[in-house]
Amino acid sequence: METYIEASVILLLLTDIALFGTSRLYTCITIAAVQGVLLGLIALFANAETFIPRIIVIASIGIVIKAFVFPYLLKRTIRQAGVQREIQPFIGYLSSLVVSLVLFGVSIWFSAKLPLALGAGRSMIIPAAIMTMFTGLFLIVARRKALTQCIGYIVCENGMYLFGMVAVGEIPALVELGILLDAVAAVTVMGVAMYHINREFDHIDTDRLSSLKG
Amino acid sequence: MNLILASIAVLFLSSLVSLAVQGKPRIAGILGACGSVLALGLGIVPAVQALMGSQFAPLAFASSMPWLSFSMGLDPISAIFLVPIYILSGLVAVYGTGYMKPYAEQKNTAFYWFFYNILVASMVLVCVARNGLFFLLCWEVMALSSFFLVAFENDKVEVRKASWIYLIASQLGTVFLIPMFILFGNQSGSFEFSSFYNCLTPAAATGCFILGCIGFGTKAGIIPFHVWLPEAHPAAPSPVSALMSGVMIKTGIYGLVRMITFLGMPPLWWGMVLIAIGALSGILGVLFALAQHDIKRLLAYHSVENIGIIVLGIGVGLIGISTGHQTIAVLGFAGGLLHVINHALFKGLLFLGAGSVIHQTHTREIDHMGGLIKKMPITALTFLIGAVAISGLPPLNGFVSEFLVYMGSFSGITSLEAETAMPLAGVIASLALIGGLATACFTKVFGIVFLGEARTIQLDHVQESPASMTVPMIILAFSCVVIGLSGPLVVRLLIPEVLAIVPISGPFVFDPSEWLVNISIVASGLVVLIILGAGFRKFLLSRRTVGQTVTWDCGYAAPFSRMQYTASSFAQPLTDLFSAFLKTKKHIKVPADYFPAQASIETHTADPSNERVYRPVFAQAVGLLSRMRALQQGRIQIYVLYIVVTLIALLLWKLR
Repeated sequence: METYIEASVILLLLTDIALFGTSRLYTCITIAAVQGVLLGLIALFANAETFIPRIIVIASIGIVIKAFVFPYLLKRTIRQAGVQREIQPFIGYLSSLVVSLVLFGVSIWFSAKLPLALGAGRSMIIPAAIMTMFTGLFLIVARRKALTQCIGYIVCENGMYLFGMVAVGEIPALVELGILLDAVAAVTVMGVAMYHINREFDHIDTDRLSSLKG
Repeated sequence: MNLILASIAVLFLSSLVSLAVQGKPRIAGILGACGSVLALGLGIVPAVQALMGSQFAPLAFASSMPWLSFSMGLDPISAIFLVPIYILSGLVAVYGTGYMKPYAEQKNTAFYWFFYNILVASMVLVCVARNGLFFLLCWEVMALSSFFLVAFENDKVEVRKASWIYLIASQLGTVFLIPMFILFGNQSGSFEFSSFYNCLTPAAATGCFILGCIGFGTKAGIIPFHVWLPEAHPAAPSPVSALMSGVMIKTGIYGLVRMITFLGMPPLWWGMVLIAIGALSGILGVLFALAQHDIKRLLAYHSVENIGIIVLGIGVGLIGISTGHQTIAVLGFAGGLLHVINHALFKGLLFLGAGSVIHQTHTREIDHMGGLIKKMPITALTFLIGAVAISGLPPLNGFVSEFLVYMGSFSGITSLEAETAMPLAGVIASLALIGGLATACFTKVFGIVFLGEARTIQLDHVQESPASMTVPMIILAFSCVVIGLSGPLVVRLLIPEVLAIVPISGPFVFDPSEWLVNISIVASGLVVLIILGAGFRKFLLSRRTVGQTVTWDCGYAAPFSRMQYTASSFAQPLTDLFSAFLKTKKHIKVPADYFPAQASIETHTADPSNERVYRPVFAQAVGLLSRMRALQQGRIQIYVLYIVVTLIALLLWKLR
């Protein structure tokens, strides 16, 4: 099982780095969806020996929501808003990749410092989780389109989910479902808000919304 | 205690309910006012019981926040402040149903009732809170809810400006209170009031005294921290001015008195500082009031003056404590605290009267009014009673409390050494000056507004305000008279409570009520004489025809109402006398030639502490702070970046 977990974690790290360097919004959404699937798989693999039905159910719900519901909602928003790609991000794609490497180093340093007791074969999970959170925050900070920020939010949530799964282990089912529900509600609201912003201003560039300041 | 809690619950509930029915302003108004009146009925019972000497067990609810606990208690000091809060808020709420009616078409009056009841509840909570953090929380709720009430007519530019000034002033005041409570908490190891008593070293106590004087003084409106009063009161709706000036600024005095009880034995100079502040606020307050043309601005300056009188009383009390003279201490505190109740009654009454006038004439300019007594007899009569009371004339209630302060100072002069007696002589002099100037000022207001003939306003549309507005005014005027006439009883009731504050043991031998009895007898005789005289006049006139003619004739061929004496001319001899303080700006166009065509005079008295202290300081601050604007880009990305950087820095610091 450890091999599968490690493979999934490495795939997850690759998706993170891919998010740093992707400008097409469709691709970003797809990568985030893949991340969701990977997370569900990691949860399943990690608990494969014990076989707790609760975890399987929650992991499957997570996969369904992150791999199908979110992409559906976001892609619909893209069609409505008519934007295809992130143009003129605050930080260019090549520099973003450099930043991603720095952040990866920082997350490994963090995880080495964090006093956590981890099982065998899971040493890469904590850096991956921190890296995923960083990726989400980076997308929120460095990109212009509201849609990318929404994706950043989802990715950040993915990182927290992974971190919680490893660090805390037995998260109550209610909390996990609550986080999922929270994310669903947030994505729905953001989708609706973006639709309206787009209809009102003909763009979803958040930096240009500063004209609304009082 | 449970009844107090019930009244707070009723207030919060009614504020929510009135917000829920905001579509129907009439119902929202009735429900909102019902909340305050019901709270009055519930809360006044324990408050009066506590004044009578009943003991109440303190209440405490734990909270999950460190150091914060919702502890509450009720003692005579709280009760002295709770009684006027409950009475005035109930009456003002009834008044508000009438006053707010014309606003219902343009504005959402449900918001008014929402914040009104929250303000009342937070004032009650401030007086019963027994934990430093809980106190500060309620203090801030009070500041914010009153800010929203001041900003009620926020479509006007000057109202927005005034409410910002108010918000900034009250926040700056709190800035001084937070370190004060931290000092207390640091030295006593807890934020419970019960652990604060005598916990400080003398140096820390001095620090707390200074911080508290500034912090609480800003809310109370002592000079030079009074700048928000003359701005906020004209901007706020009249019932809000009445409530804020009548009771909300008194929470500052409450905080001051409460803090003094924690500090133990005061050094002599504390009393002298308070006397200096009180004299300054009292004299300058009434002088600036004299120079105003706006009736509500004028009343606001009178609030500064009366806070000055209260602080004078507390200062006399402190000198009594530190010199070990029980009589002086009790008389000073009793005078100051009784003036808290009295000022709530007559200042509330005056603001309601002013509101009733503004409601009908739609102007606040005194010089535009005139002759209103013919159209609004009830408003005029109640305003007259309030004016006599605030001037400190017998037989009304203002006299009783000022009399106590006078007596305290006199007994100090006769029994203390020369150096300590000097400030007390200053108290007597400044009280006398304040009283005289206040009488002059209210002669001006009453004479110009209610007597004579209308100047620029049209009297045709003016009528007496509805009963919902006049009845609270009548009740307030009546209570002013009652407290004035029953002075000896009130004083006797108050003295045991004040003895509890004063840390000097021994039986209290001096009884000021002996003199007050004589004064009350003479005063009652005066009232009887007035009534008899009025009856006699009616009897004489009953069988004759009564003719009416113009008030002013002056031998002119065609006199008209603008020729009347104005408020500015009435005040001119006094404002000229004190022009060194007032710095009144005059723009005069003197009539020229033998057939003068045009002439005009315009006077304007700006607040010197505003012009010379705050404006330059704030201009500097704006200059410095505008460099910080680079941080505030207005972009969500930058803000998220700040959060991320902060979190990572904290994490690094922790993992280091």
